[in-house]
Amino acid sequence: MATAETSRLGGPRNRGAALGGVVSPVALVLVACAVGLLVGCLRSSLFAQLTVQGLALGSVYGSLALALVLVYRATRIVNFAQGELAMLTTYIAYQLIQWGLSYWEAFFATLAIAFVLGTVLEVTLIRPVLHRSTIAAVIVTVGLFILIDGVVNWIWGGAFRYMPSPFGTKVYRVGEVSISRLYPGMFVVVLISVVLVWALFRFTKLGLGMRAAAVRPAASALVGVRVDRMLAIGWGLAAVLGAVAGLMAEPSQFFLEPTLMQPILVYAFAAAALGGLESPGGAVVGGLIIGVALNLVVEYVPAISTELQLPFAFAVILAVLLVKPSGLFGRREVRRV
Amino acid sequence: MTRRLATLVSIAVVVAVLCLLPFILSDYNVGLVAQVGIFYIAVLGLDILTGYAGQISIGHGAFMMIGGYTTAVMSRDHHTNLIVTMLMAFAICFVVGVLLGLPALRLSGPYLALATFAFAVSVPQLPLEWSKFLGGRDGVETSQTVSNSWLYGVAWAASAILLVLAWLILRGRIGRAFRAVRDSEIAAVASGVELPVYKTLAFGISAAFCGVAGSLFVLATNGFAEPSEFGILLSLEILIGAAVAGLGSLWGILAGAAFVGLLPNVSSSVPVIGSTHGQDVVFGAAVILVMLLLPGGAAGLIARLTGARA
Repeated sequence: MATAETSRLGGPRNRGAALGGVVSPVALVLVACAVGLLVGCLRSSLFAQLTVQGLALGSVYGSLALALVLVYRATRIVNFAQGELAMLTTYIAYQLIQWGLSYWEAFFATLAIAFVLGTVLEVTLIRPVLHRSTIAAVIVTVGLFILIDGVVNWIWGGAFRYMPSPFGTKVYRVGEVSISRLYPGMFVVVLISVVLVWALFRFTKLGLGMRAAAVRPAASALVGVRVDRMLAIGWGLAAVLGAVAGLMAEPSQFFLEPTLMQPILVYAFAAAALGGLESPGGAVVGGLIIGVALNLVVEYVPAISTELQLPFAFAVILAVLLVKPSGLFGRREVRRV
Repeated sequence: MTRRLATLVSIAVVVAVLCLLPFILSDYNVGLVAQVGIFYIAVLGLDILTGYAGQISIGHGAFMMIGGYTTAVMSRDHHTNLIVTMLMAFAICFVVGVLLGLPALRLSGPYLALATFAFAVSVPQLPLEWSKFLGGRDGVETSQTVSNSWLYGVAWAASAILLVLAWLILRGRIGRAFRAVRDSEIAAVASGVELPVYKTLAFGISAAFCGVAGSLFVLATNGFAEPSEFGILLSLEILIGAAVAGLGSLWGILAGAAFVGLLPNVSSSVPVIGSTHGQDVVFGAAVILVMLLLPGGAAGLIARLTGARA
């Protein structure tokens, strides 16, 4: 879903050039990294553990980054409230469990609530300002960030809350490597939701309409796509992906608190910038890269302590953007003068 | 001619009110209005970059932090005069701003927003790493503290000086170049504007302003420079201030600064919503409401009322 529809003006010629000249070096580097990781995993059990953990955390970053990308493609704004929205939906799941639902019942109920929430927010708060000023719409999401933070603190307070573990406490042993069932579980749940969203975009008429509405709103309105409705659904899907990210982030932190998603939002931003804000696949790959890289770097590079994790992420983003200003998988925006 | 007269009269009124306020208000409220002055400087700085040169930044809290730590460290180690440390904060932040402006040359729009956001969350981590020099989580304390009235006088004097400086910069050649870059980079280059020079200059000037605001900000918190004071929320508040002010107008900034400087404190004194998080709810809701009702901010409102373009 990343390739064909992101090009705004370029035709087939443009796409061919991108595939031949730009994407393949990136792909080569990625394959090389993957091979390096595999070799490392076979040689050291600590390395393998860190890699698996990094992939699981990275899938959470990637899922939130994908939410950001969906919103960006639909409405051309970066949603600063995406992380807090995910945090709010995680609290809703917590509340549902408190009311007696089992974990997975609460999980799916929360996804439905998140969808409604995202759609309603787009219709009531974003759409009215979007036509008038992009910056005003971005500021609305910033206001939403503060508002949600306040509401959650108001209702549930700042104390740690505990949710039952979704995957039990089993530990897998492969050779000398022992891995908690949590990490593969997180990875698989995120992967399933990402694949489902991809399939929705790729194979359904609704997905086609959403892609069309995102790329050429005016033209798709002319052929009968309900553009406004598509954009609202885009926001709803983003909120669902965010909810998945929040629900999977909670067990990795072992407790729920109002600041749960704030560092994760930063890494998701990093992932989205790394992969390219236009590219859903790039966001997921970017998330995995950030997750694994951070985990390994903090362990193996003495100069980079936990305190320097964020500055390191910043340095990486800056370095990538300097080489490729629209991300690894992004497409340079071509404008007619 | 009447427009010019109206402008002069409104300036005179604002200056007169600001001169009289310390004699009317209680000491606590003088401190609050001084806080507005500090935000005024920061929002003014961001507006030069975002409103005039068209480059968005979500990282200006980090410049405030660099300015604040400059004051705190110089005061702790060398007992430097506080006013002198503000000038140093101005100079240091100018240099850092230009340095950040260099990579920013390659970025635009949302990517610049993301990169500056990352800058804003990265810088507060540095004192935790270099805790010997920068005091770690506990922060750095200045060797002397100041009274609320001192802060009020200095903050608003600095605001006035920097406003005049901004006006002088923006009305002339540099300001025209900034606006040209904002409106169309291609047209600007075609008319002979050196894009790299003016973009980095805009970053430097705006960072320098925020550096001064940061110095004052540290003095306003009893001379403590702590990483937690300069979190991402501060950067977002500056951005909100600029948006409420309305980008690209020197007039609205007073409204924007008052909004972010006063609203949280005022709402916290109201009984029911006064709980610590009630004020966040009010602030967030107010931000959303203002943007829904006035997408152009206070400047847009002024323009509508006076029937002219701001």
